[in-house]
Amino acid sequence: MIRPLPTRVDRHGERFRQNLAANTSAVAQLREALALARAGGGEKYNARHKERGKLLPRERVELLLDRDAPFLEICALAGHGIGAGVKAGASIVGGVGVVAGVECMIACTEATVKGGAMNEYSVMKSRRLAEISEENRLPAIHLIESAGADLPNQSRIFVPGGRAFRDITRASKAGIPNICLVFGSSTAGGAYIPGMSDYTVMVDQQARVFLAGPPLVKMATNEDADEESLGGAAMHSRTSGVSDYLAHDEYEAIRLGREIVSLLPGRKAGPAPCPSADVSPPLYDAEDLLGIVSADVKVPFDAREVIARLVDGSAFHEFKPEFGTTLVTGWAHVHGYPVGILANQGVLFSESAQKGAQFIQLCNQKSVPLLFLQNITGFMVGTQYEQGGIIKHGAKLINAVSNSTVPAITIMMGASFGAGNYGMCGRAYAPRFLFSWPNHRIAVMGGEQLAGVLEIVKRDAAAKSGQSVDEMELSMMKMMLAQQIDKESNAYFATARLWDDGIIDPRDTRDVVGLCLSATHNAPVEGTMAFGVFRH
Amino acid sequence: MTPFDKVLVANRGEIACRVMRTCRDLGLSTVAVYSDADANEPHVRLADEAVRLGPAPVRESYLDLEAVLAAAHRTGAQAIHPGYGFLSENADFAEAVTDEGLVFIGPRAETIRAMGSKAGARSLMARHGVPVVPGYSGLEQSDEALVEAAAGIGFPVLIKASAGGGGKGMSIVRGADEMVAALAQARRVAGAAFGDATLLLERYVESPRHVEVQIFGDRHGNAMHLFERECSIQRRFQKIIEESPSPAPALTPAIRAALCEAGVTAARAMGYEGAGTVEFLLDAQGRFYFLEVNTRLQVEHPVTEFVTGLDLVRLQLLVAAGAKLSDLVPEVRQTGHAIEARLYAEDPALDFLPATGRLLEWSPPEGPGLRVDAGVAQGSVVGIDYDPLLAKLIAWAPTRAEAVLRLRGALRRLGVQGVTTNRTFLRAVLAHPAFVAGDTHTHFIADHFPVETRAAVPSAAQVEVAAIAAALTDADERVERARGTPAVRPGFRLDHAVPQWVEYVGASGPVRVEYEAQARGRYRARTGTAPDGPGPWRDAKLERDVVGSGGWRLSVDGHAQRLVVLADGPARCVRGAELQVRLVEQPRFPELDRTARGGGCEAPMPGRVVAVLVESGDRVAPGQPLVILEAMKMEQTLTAAAAAVVEAVRVAPGDRVEAGAVLVTLGVPADD
Repeated sequence: MIRPLPTRVDRHGERFRQNLAANTSAVAQLREALALARAGGGEKYNARHKERGKLLPRERVELLLDRDAPFLEICALAGHGIGAGVKAGASIVGGVGVVAGVECMIACTEATVKGGAMNEYSVMKSRRLAEISEENRLPAIHLIESAGADLPNQSRIFVPGGRAFRDITRASKAGIPNICLVFGSSTAGGAYIPGMSDYTVMVDQQARVFLAGPPLVKMATNEDADEESLGGAAMHSRTSGVSDYLAHDEYEAIRLGREIVSLLPGRKAGPAPCPSADVSPPLYDAEDLLGIVSADVKVPFDAREVIARLVDGSAFHEFKPEFGTTLVTGWAHVHGYPVGILANQGVLFSESAQKGAQFIQLCNQKSVPLLFLQNITGFMVGTQYEQGGIIKHGAKLINAVSNSTVPAITIMMGASFGAGNYGMCGRAYAPRFLFSWPNHRIAVMGGEQLAGVLEIVKRDAAAKSGQSVDEMELSMMKMMLAQQIDKESNAYFATARLWDDGIIDPRDTRDVVGLCLSATHNAPVEGTMAFGVFRH
Repeated sequence: MTPFDKVLVANRGEIACRVMRTCRDLGLSTVAVYSDADANEPHVRLADEAVRLGPAPVRESYLDLEAVLAAAHRTGAQAIHPGYGFLSENADFAEAVTDEGLVFIGPRAETIRAMGSKAGARSLMARHGVPVVPGYSGLEQSDEALVEAAAGIGFPVLIKASAGGGGKGMSIVRGADEMVAALAQARRVAGAAFGDATLLLERYVESPRHVEVQIFGDRHGNAMHLFERECSIQRRFQKIIEESPSPAPALTPAIRAALCEAGVTAARAMGYEGAGTVEFLLDAQGRFYFLEVNTRLQVEHPVTEFVTGLDLVRLQLLVAAGAKLSDLVPEVRQTGHAIEARLYAEDPALDFLPATGRLLEWSPPEGPGLRVDAGVAQGSVVGIDYDPLLAKLIAWAPTRAEAVLRLRGALRRLGVQGVTTNRTFLRAVLAHPAFVAGDTHTHFIADHFPVETRAAVPSAAQVEVAAIAAALTDADERVERARGTPAVRPGFRLDHAVPQWVEYVGASGPVRVEYEAQARGRYRARTGTAPDGPGPWRDAKLERDVVGSGGWRLSVDGHAQRLVVLADGPARCVRGAELQVRLVEQPRFPELDRTARGGGCEAPMPGRVVAVLVESGDRVAPGQPLVILEAMKMEQTLTAAAAAVVEAVRVAPGDRVEAGAVLVTLGVPADD
């Protein structure tokens, strides 16, 4: 029905080949970073863990998942490059995976990383995982073996960390089950994860769940207690009732977890996609994306070439193609789910912003999810545009994005600067999922521009006070600032701080978007006609 | 015009189907009979009408002559075709059919009765100048008399049941010291199987060929032969490959003519009506000896049909209706060469132990010069109650070499899974240089295929391909079936790092497959077993084959094959032109608390308990017989592995048991 987009990609062109080379190496770098995160505590600690006859955290996750089913890892590089004992992944393996045919939020502590102790990034990541579970109504499965809080850093985690337990019981109240499988220590505050969960399974001779361990009990009450009677799986299953199931080993715990999920009412609240048999892949090879996407964010690229490689059958119905042409809007399907796409094709002008706002309203009117393909250096500046009311038009877009109730997914394809980040549903605008490509840059503005702006301000100030500028000092300052901003705006800096849900290989985008859409459809998909006041 | 227009076929399986096809061609209506086990089998579906005889055991169904006659009356059938086996050579039945005013499609009852006695047949033939093997068929049946007779004949000697057939109860004795034990065994089998323990002895001809002459007679006194068949390739005294003409070099045109003429002489001696077979042993010098007469249509009759262009069942029906052979067959010629291979549900590696199960796949090959007579269909259950013959594949070509090639090709293309068969073994026999050279004799299999070579053990490379096929087709189907999640590449992970895995156990041990999808249908896969670890990664491409169901095309490192992969519970049956591998998927979550079973003896296959030789509390020595089990045509004695005390006997004679059933439990003697 809908016509496919044409393609004008020249695979032999100079730009294509340069982009391909640069992006291929960027993807290789991403794989390396992910491999490091996957290694968990590293060879030594993994080996020690295996010697104890235990499954590695990622092995537990793999066994829990349905065979051949997808697992969309979330914030895999949280804490990347932070140092101070924080490892990439923040001591948690988390993501959306399919268990017994049901999409679930899986969170597994990494016992091989500092005993699975939680740092502030772990707390942020847990919070994000809980948020995804809650917004998309995904049952949550916690696989726990953790030393608890990273005590020397308790000040950073104690207060926000408490939210985790509140999240669990509020999810329970909302009808989103939480299932807890305890493989090892889950003590003190951590004991409330099994304690708050709807279903708890403990592994015999391994689970240790108590508010205080033997040394603290001795300190507090002078009682000599052994771990097994204080918080063993058998005790909790037979005496305290904190555990609902006693598993003889890890395999049985995971099998029980799968059975529990299989008995949940599995109906998804959102509308079903087209049957997968009717879903045709894009006409064009996703491999081309590495040659299309500019390695240098300053060089623009055609968003339609990207759309043609993301959507079913490359079929795209463009809305308002002749108006506000720097924002491409239109409808398509991804893995059978209808989506309304907003993709940047240059800076945002007033017309582009108005068109975007209208398009978002239309998607809400027909309850179609939104996909933002963000590559934006900002709104247009200058007297002509200010006088044309670019602020009020930008405000319309931000109003629409902020109040929209259909699920939104944002892909950071390149630049994300200034208010463009907001208008295109940046992290603060709560898209259900947000993933970035490796070449992505994010900041209030580019390093050079920012340094340049500061230089002008400095020179103006010096001129006003009649002082001369130290050219040497100024250029040093400019260079250092530009370097600092560049470093702080790269994709790894951003993902480490959980500004996104992860960096992905651009070629995986279609599948990632499909999995995200599928996850969002566990909750009702309903648009709204209620927005803030639009200033006309 | 025939005096009948509705024929009841008192048989099952391929022969019932084959007879009904000709009946239908002639415009005759057909009636099938069936046991409870066969209610949905092809012969029932093929017939115009079908009548239940009784429960599965043959004595209560296909051998129940009253029930068969009642079925004929109930349906108004005026003729009964007995097929082969079952009631086909039962003179009382033939007589009863005639007495009831129905037509028996076969020789007269007295012919059957006369030929049913091996001894009587021999002396009749000897009187008419048909050469016979020296032997003993005296009424004196004492051990002493038989041992003495054996010495007179000269060892080796063959012991046979006088009333028997089909090799049942036969044994070869090579010295006087083995005689007494062999006689006891033969008497018991003969008594149990035929209700008559009378034995006869004959000279055992070394390395003979088994050659038989197809004869036909009518009630007008005509008798003729339809040339010879060679059926030397046998296992457990049963034929598995038959051909016509015989490739025996000793069979010069003159000797061939003499042999066929001897068949006609025999037919005249009996006043034979209908189709029959006179069996001979042929030695390397071209001497032939009369063996016996089979007063029925033979299993291997299609090879004669192929080389003569005649429909033997048509001739049977028309002759029974009173037609003259001279009108039906004015002249007969032997043209080209035909070979038949019998596909049995059996395991050649376990001495052709009958196999049971459900046919997951049945897709017979088709082509010119090819005929498949099958009595099964996809989903058929092969049980223990009946002969495990599934089908016959028959190939014809102008020359023997071409016919062999064609038959081998047919066996390669044949799709049969779910039940262990002798398919691969048949292919090996047909490919053996001695067979190709026509150098066949009745010890062919024992000489060229000692039991340890019979296992169809797939090569490591075949297991690798099969394991990859099983794993990837399952992955593809799982993704296809997944509801509620998009059909992204199987095992989607952002870091492309974790292979999916599955563990199988095949005939040659465990296999672990690891695979990673690059996209739907494009994979990297490797297989391995502990302790060697995984082998090299292979590029694998998988797509559904458009032709046929369950079909796939799998390319491994650029080598594409067409494969059929079928699920049988946790097992995956993978079949291609050059491979057939069954792999049982191992559970991801091992069962807990598996209670170890105590020592004891288990049934190695489904069967019936013939005798229980111990009682609870008995002390048994290592090797002491505990239970005798019978399945199909085999009797098996189960013995104690070590000195023990019998704790419990869980079965009684006559019980039917499944494979793996514990028959007797054994414990450690108290004083040990």
